[in-house]
Amino acid sequence: MTYDVLIVGVGGQGVLLASRVIGEAAMREGHEVVMSEVHGMAQRGGSVSAVVRFGKGVLSPLVPKAGADLILGFEPVETYRALPYAKQGTVVVTDIGRIVPMTVTGGNERYPNVQELLSAMRRSGLRVISFDATKAAEEAGARVTVNSVLIGAISTLRGFPIREDTLKEALLSSVPSKAKQVNERAFELGKKAASL
Amino acid sequence: MAVATTYPGTPSSEIGTNLEVLSKETGMYFEYSTNEKVALEVGAAAAASGLRAFVFFKHVGLNVASDPFVSLGYSGVRKGMVILTADDPSMHSSQNEQDSRIFARLANLPMLEPATPAEAKEMTLAGFEISEKLEVPVLLRTSTRVNHARGVVTLGEAKKVSLDGHFDKDPMRFVPVPAVARRSRAKQLERMKVAEHLSEESPLNFESGKGSVGVIASGVAYTYAKEFIEDASFLKLGFTYPLPERKLRRFISSFDKVAVFEELSPLVEEKVIQLAKEENCDLRVLGKLSGHLPMAFEYSPETALALKPELKVKEMGKPIDIEPIVLPNRPPVLCAGCPHRATFYAVKKALGNREAVFSTDIGCYTLGINPPMSSADFLLCMGSSVGAAGGFSESTKQKVIAYIGDSTLFHSGLPGIVNAVFNDHRYLLVVLDNGTTAMTGHQPHPGTGRTHVRPTLPLDIEPMLRGLGVKFVQTVDPYDLGSTTAAVREALDRDAFSVIVSKRACPLALMRKAKLERTAYVIDQAKCVRCKTCFTKFTCPALAFDGKDVTITPEMCIGCGCCAQVCPKKAIEVVK
Repeated sequence: MTYDVLIVGVGGQGVLLASRVIGEAAMREGHEVVMSEVHGMAQRGGSVSAVVRFGKGVLSPLVPKAGADLILGFEPVETYRALPYAKQGTVVVTDIGRIVPMTVTGGNERYPNVQELLSAMRRSGLRVISFDATKAAEEAGARVTVNSVLIGAISTLRGFPIREDTLKEALLSSVPSKAKQVNERAFELGKKAASL
Repeated sequence: MAVATTYPGTPSSEIGTNLEVLSKETGMYFEYSTNEKVALEVGAAAAASGLRAFVFFKHVGLNVASDPFVSLGYSGVRKGMVILTADDPSMHSSQNEQDSRIFARLANLPMLEPATPAEAKEMTLAGFEISEKLEVPVLLRTSTRVNHARGVVTLGEAKKVSLDGHFDKDPMRFVPVPAVARRSRAKQLERMKVAEHLSEESPLNFESGKGSVGVIASGVAYTYAKEFIEDASFLKLGFTYPLPERKLRRFISSFDKVAVFEELSPLVEEKVIQLAKEENCDLRVLGKLSGHLPMAFEYSPETALALKPELKVKEMGKPIDIEPIVLPNRPPVLCAGCPHRATFYAVKKALGNREAVFSTDIGCYTLGINPPMSSADFLLCMGSSVGAAGGFSESTKQKVIAYIGDSTLFHSGLPGIVNAVFNDHRYLLVVLDNGTTAMTGHQPHPGTGRTHVRPTLPLDIEPMLRGLGVKFVQTVDPYDLGSTTAAVREALDRDAFSVIVSKRACPLALMRKAKLERTAYVIDQAKCVRCKTCFTKFTCPALAFDGKDVTITPEMCIGCGCCAQVCPKKAIEVVK
């Protein structure tokens, strides 16, 4: 059995950091782990994605289409863009905070209604856990802890093969010591938001 | 390894980030060279002096370094030398997807091809050993999905290095005048015979699994084949030049049908077809040449599906029905406050209604291709902006403007500039000097006044160009749009080779060093006449338009003040 996680978002949101935390946690639990990322022009506001695959016999650094067990989205449009990788049974955890691209602010393209995106995903049969992770991060004390919120959220998922403690330890070991408290708060708020 | 060199380029740049740290721990000499050719030459001298050398760059960097690379196949090295090329199938961040494996054959140098991060480490070590046996460099061919992958790697101990090489002179080996080169050429062919033997015996070429069909795979393509193709025997190739012919013959003789899984050029496949013919066996070879697998772009797990029903492929998940919703694109853009945007704007302004051909170069500023700047019309490779601009100026009557970044200028722009002075080309060169190699992660270059370890004498571009004989050189601050426009206008009117150095530090680099001083700007909505000039003509991502008003997003604005200069109503002001 392998477990495939696809993480998507926009440059600067912490997608790569989240993938490293999940990968580290999977490694700590003794899984074989493969990870990859696309971040060519990430810092210039482009889409970013990362893959964490773990379990017996994982080799491919890419998730096959219709192969993700979990899609972790940092931005709703990016989450929707990742749906070709969803299969029947995929769980989607997504932040609903929009990052509106230049193509939209320039008036050339339209940003779809977020509720409509979420409903469409649910109509496709996906289990969707969506909430305002940015708001939760602000509540925790720092906007930059969005990825800790989202990691907290996935820790409560039924069937997610990594223990909550391991995930939390991997997360906290990845942040500077003075930021541990705020990230821990963010993690807990993510857990709470996901179980609502 | 004792000496490492590079010129940064995705997907190889992160190796440098790691070696910056490792070199401090071990005493290894690591440098960012001015370009890949120089990097290879520095490495070659180290390896000729008895020190292990590691040189790395992206695939097109190997093109730049190909001249010394091919010569090294003649004179060789005394201590291990590994040259890593980072190929980029699917062109995630490159202008082509060339298969660098062809260079191994061109230069008669052995080549290893890792499939995973763990293998990349093992094969670097194996490469040094092979290199020391044969006394030639070994090419380590990686690709994006190996370089930007992560996996469990067991590290050895980082040993202390002393830089105590000594070059024992041997001009009859290291100076390839024709008489020497002829002798070396004969030796090179003998050496490749030994390399063939090493490849045959190498544990890097191994068989695994048992099944009714054969699959031969190399590089990251192996991971897709091995994980997703079922009921197959695998021959995994890691030592791919020269190929292990005997091993291949033995492997294919057990099957009626063999699939070859390799990205880009069908090099292994051609060899398999040739061997099958020689063996007179009735083998069906499934691959690119049979039309089963794609010639262009990277492979993925789904590539295996193309071999159905010839091969058994693992059951993939059941796809869902996705409701078609049109999603906005999210192309990369120049950052908020990027000085390149200001330069493009000022040049456009100076040109007015006049047309110009923009000969651009490689860096963040290639994003000038996008409207409304539309400031990129021609590009070949690093440094091509200057040479090509000379060509346009001589063969057309159009105005010609070239753009080059500071790092790219030092990389390969200088010969083109000398050519423009020598042949009296008539064009304007704009140097976009942001004081760093921004695109690849802010590595230092000869103009930055520091290497990755210490301060160094900065090469100041304006006096350097004057020294090269450029008559008109003017340095401007692109954040001062008025002066920049005036300088460009003056240069354009000269109708002779002129250079504007548009100098302003990359704000992203400043931000990373926490050295960016922000001034907050705001749009006075009472003064704003909704002409949207700032938004549509300047297009800074810190400007947002909600359908009614243009506003400045405070978290994004870095306070360059350019939009305030663009505004015809002076409605954009510093927050008091």
